[in-house]
Amino acid sequence: MRYNVFLSGYGGQGVMLAGNLLSFAAIYQGYNVTYLPSYGVEKRGGSAMCTVVYSDGDTGSPVVGHPSVAVILNQRSFDTYANNVCRGGFCIINSDLVINSESLSPSIVLVEVPMSRLANELGDSRVLNMIACGAYAQKTGLLSIDSLVAALENTLPVRNHPLIPANIKAIECGAESVRT
Amino acid sequence: MQSGKLFIKGNEAVALAAIEAGCVHYFGYPITPQSEIPEYLARELPKIGGQFLQAESETAAINMLLGASATGVRSMTSSSGPGISLMQEGISYMAGSELPGVIVDVMRSGPGLGGIDASQADYFQATHGGGHGGYHIIVLAPCSVQEMYDLTMLAFDLSDIYRIPAMVLADAVIGQMKESIVAHPRPATLLPEKSWAVRGKEEGQSQNIVKSLQLGDGEMEAFHWKMHARYQSLSLNECRWEEYLTSDAELIVTAFGSAARIAKSAVEMARDSGLKIGLMRPISLYPFPQAAYRSLSERCKNFLDIELSTGQMINDVKLSVARDTEVFFYGRPPGTGSLPDPEELFQHIKSTLWQLPVQV
Repeated sequence: MRYNVFLSGYGGQGVMLAGNLLSFAAIYQGYNVTYLPSYGVEKRGGSAMCTVVYSDGDTGSPVVGHPSVAVILNQRSFDTYANNVCRGGFCIINSDLVINSESLSPSIVLVEVPMSRLANELGDSRVLNMIACGAYAQKTGLLSIDSLVAALENTLPVRNHPLIPANIKAIECGAESVRT
Repeated sequence: MQSGKLFIKGNEAVALAAIEAGCVHYFGYPITPQSEIPEYLARELPKIGGQFLQAESETAAINMLLGASATGVRSMTSSSGPGISLMQEGISYMAGSELPGVIVDVMRSGPGLGGIDASQADYFQATHGGGHGGYHIIVLAPCSVQEMYDLTMLAFDLSDIYRIPAMVLADAVIGQMKESIVAHPRPATLLPEKSWAVRGKEEGQSQNIVKSLQLGDGEMEAFHWKMHARYQSLSLNECRWEEYLTSDAELIVTAFGSAARIAKSAVEMARDSGLKIGLMRPISLYPFPQAAYRSLSERCKNFLDIELSTGQMINDVKLSVARDTEVFFYGRPPGTGSLPDPEELFQHIKSTLWQLPVQV
């Protein structure tokens, strides 16, 4: 089976790190992974997106036109990419920054997570991307929370390893937010 | 992490392979989308006694590569679009001096400053000589991070064996994407001794001269025929390609590098809907696998060439296939938002099929 997820936000929200975390988690579960980043020339504030494809066989095209899941962190990304999600797929949004989601096609399942608010409640707005990853793993059931936690060590640079407990908390918070 | 596997960018795989291949000198100048190569080598080469040098320009970098290579050591440079254009003079001098050396080109869009998105529009520049004098360089086109590693290592070996500069021709997608790779050790390829290298003449040794100036009567012509024979030997012995589901194909899609990666998924979609489509992916762009195309076209008369340009490799495909073969084209010139996805290519495969003559 081949799975894919598209993540998009603005530069500085941690989109690339989130993509890397999901990649390492998928590797941890034994999948072959292709991670394709794409960004503008601006470092902060520009658009940042990445696609992760994972498969028990060949990962195929790194470019995915109609992802089965999109994780959308801001309004501009929503307006540009949300309706690319395939029929029946999930569009997981940061409902604090995606104010208007009415344009989403009814064939796509909208999953609203107040990621900015939850991150601030955890005391660090930077863990927004971890909340997004936790929500993705829980909602799709494709990657386990344990895999995400195990992947943190490979994903974060050594100088940030003291922040691993805070990131674990954020991943669990994201998972909790979509648990039904 | 799985043991023995690394999850790295294509560019990092190039740098890793270069070190494993025994490359001890790197000269270059930063440019997106290949800057991870110098970044990695700046950090790692000094640790193994090698030399990393950020040149004042790409023109300087390629001439430093020429100089280092003349002493017989393995060296490399890397760049993209504008930088590779600046290097053309030096590449011509290296070809004229029969010097090996590896040049990595991670293509971005152009002409001019262009943009940082993936492109295949430098196919002509790479395979049909950017510089003057009628030479060829070896050109290898990876389509995965593992191939970035494998083909970089192969580029060093082929370049040493044939005394021809070798280029790894990737693009922003292949350079920037991350995949798991196995960083296997350097293969035990038998390499010729570099008796031509200029290392400082010792007592009783004959003089070595590395130059591209040939003024003697008939000297230049003889050089050209010698190189021509070497290019023919490359064509006979070093063509590499991948065929996927071609044996019963009614239409063979052909593409290289990142376009081939996307096209392969489109071919899978076509097969899933019962269409007999195959894929031919040249791995060596020079030498171009002409004989393999010819042999495929003896059976399948319809090809669809797909490129991230308005069509360059298609010329080589048309020259390679049997005369009664139809070669269709679909291209997306490079730029932001212009990367095709598998669905788009699948739709185009279907519309190409409708154009084929009905089989009776």
